[in-house]
Formats: sequence, structure tokens, C-alpha cells
Amino acid sequence: MKEVKLYALSTCIHCKDTKEYLDKCGVDYECVNVDKLDGEQRRQLIEEIRKDNPGCAFPMLFIGPKVIIGFRKEEIKEALNLE
Amino acid sequence: MNVEQLYEFLKKTQEAKGYFFNGDTSRVFQLLEGLLDNRDRYGYMCCPCRLAANDRDWDRDIICPCAYREPDIAEYGSCYCGLYVSKEWNEAAIPHSYVKERRPPEKVFGRI
Repeated sequence: MKEVKLYALSTCIHCKDTKEYLDKCGVDYECVNVDKLDGEQRRQLIEEIRKDNPGCAFPMLFIGPKVIIGFRKEEIKEALNLE
Repeated sequence: MNVEQLYEFLKKTQEAKGYFFNGDTSRVFQLLEGLLDNRDRYGYMCCPCRLAANDRDWDRDIICPCAYREPDIAEYGSCYCGLYVSKEWNEAAIPHSYVKERRPPEKVFGRI
């Protein structure tokens, strides 16, 4: 099983769509709400996000080595190998 | 102002300018709740789908309605978060495509 990790914003509707879709697919994932972090923790994470997501757009979803920015159902489905 | 009052106020003032709420009212209310959450924590209603810097002047471009709504609606028929759309978008007369982030990266990373 690929590791699935989601960087989201607590108020973002596209992030909610992504969470609902992952839940519907029965995927186990870790979710970090970046807007809820502060100080050094937030700064460090944003620097990390920047490497793969220069526009810092959310949701940012890691499925194994793949990074998907924005709620893109077809790409998520493909990366999870779902039919 | 509660969410219902915000809905009524914005509907009236924005529709008069040609910007319509998304036809999916449940999404509209979730987005308006996000705006109110942001008002409570930052003191200004910035876009619920963007990371705020907690600095009103710096985030002026993403205070709703954001500075990118006009070009996004002209290009996609929808703003970035999908709160505001065109009449044609609501009538499904144009495709509902993914709205790319138009905010320059230096605005996002300028105030980490």
C-alpha cells in the first residue's frame, strides 16, 4: 500500500472534496492542516511544500512518490491504482 | 454577521455586479463559513482556499472577493474557490474546468 499524505487548509473546499474522495475510496491517509500550524513548524513545512508546489496551492496530496496539486479525481484514482 | 446574513448581503450586492453564487448552495455555505472562520482568526475575510499571512495589507489581494476573481471568471467562468461563478457556468453552458492559482508565488511565500 502506498503512503498517502495530504497537506490541506481547514477551510478549503477543494481540500474537503479530496478528503471525502479519499474516505469514499477507503484510503488511510495522514492529513496536516497547514493553516493550523504556526511558528517554526509552519515555516519549515512551507519551505518543504515549496519544493514540489511552487505556487503553494492546496490541497497537496502525496501518493507514494507522486504529488497531486488541487483536487484532481482522475489523477488520484490513477495514482491509487483504482479502477 | 452570521452566515445567513452574509449570504443575503453578498448575494444582493455581488449579483448586481454580475457575479453569481455557485448554484450548489451547500458549497456556498461551506465557503461562507470558511470566510467567517478567517474573519474570526485573522480579522479579515480572506479566501478560504488560500494560506493567509495574518497580515491584512499583505493579503489584500486575497480578501474576498479577491483580486483574481475577475480574470478567473473571464477565463474559467469560476473564481479559484468556486464561490462566485458566471451565469453560463451555473447553467453548465461552459465546461467546469480546474481553476489554476493566479496569485504570484512571491505573494504566498513573502510572509512565512
